[in-house]
Amino acid sequence: MRETLLALIIKAASELNLQLENKIPVERGVDAPLYGQNGVLDSVGLVSLVVEVEQAIEDETGVSITLANEGAMSQKRSPFGSIGALVEYAESLIRAGV
Amino acid sequence: MVPPVTMITGTRKGIGKFLVHHYVGLGHRVVGCSRERLEWALDGYEHYIADVSDELAVKRMFSAVRKTYGGLDHLINNAGIASLNHSILTPVSTVQKILDTNVVGTFLFCREGVKLMERRRYGRIVNLGTVAVPMRLEGEAIYAASKNAVVAFTQILAREVAELGITCNVVAPTPIATDLTRAVPRDKMDRIVNRLAIRRLGRFEDVANVIDFFIRPESDFVTGQTIFLGGV
Repeated sequence: MRETLLALIIKAASELNLQLENKIPVERGVDAPLYGQNGVLDSVGLVSLVVEVEQAIEDETGVSITLANEGAMSQKRSPFGSIGALVEYAESLIRAGV
Repeated sequence: MVPPVTMITGTRKGIGKFLVHHYVGLGHRVVGCSRERLEWALDGYEHYIADVSDELAVKRMFSAVRKTYGGLDHLINNAGIASLNHSILTPVSTVQKILDTNVVGTFLFCREGVKLMERRRYGRIVNLGTVAVPMRLEGEAIYAASKNAVVAFTQILAREVAELGITCNVVAPTPIATDLTRAVPRDKMDRIVNRLAIRRLGRFEDVANVIDFFIRPESDFVTGQTIFLGGV
């Protein structure tokens, strides 16, 4: 599951990079920063990534999740901080079925 | 040219039903929803049963629309409920229902709608307000408060999604002869109409006319606005 999610998020980030001036360094894999401190995305970029990832997860796994979950807002470590954090977070939502 | 996809909430009757016929007539591919089954059908219109404040049902509907149509051009958040009652005589359960449908429902459809619009960097969102807000209509405190929340939400959302090529505006109708206003006593309705610059009840066509303007591709420099009908 984790590998599938990682591949899927890297693919979504790579597609988004086509539109970005400040690109996500996808070659860094799980360490690639996304949003927040050291992040490369602005809020509109994050919105685009969230949409791409939600739709890709649904297309790939048939599970519809909402990344803008209360859990995301209350976590000490932002799930949008890096690709690795987003993979972990998405996996937890899929397992919880939300 | 591929016909645009237009989503309308609250289509079982009243303004929503009229808008479905109006946009199907203009060649749009129209999808909509209501809590209960429709007693009518129309070629070119696809209906879903969904309570607009039920997140799961809304997400299922958007998922189906994405798979069928690949995106969304226009979203018209028409679904709304009112309760005409003195504030002191209004139960909390009524307040909750009004806020759920009018505020939470509008929010949910906007959130999911933007997700279907952002990829193409184009979209038009129109939310429904009311003249009860500027007219300070007694008996409509919670309804007006909920619609004022819709206005504030629309104004801020407009800024948040402007970069995505999406506009968000509000059309605020006067009373129209619908189920929502049928419960209002005649003399009260007359008093409301007499306070308008143009003294008549609204018509569905008046609402459609403003929405037509907001959703035109040429209206890409119009966002965060509220148009009140009737000259309030």
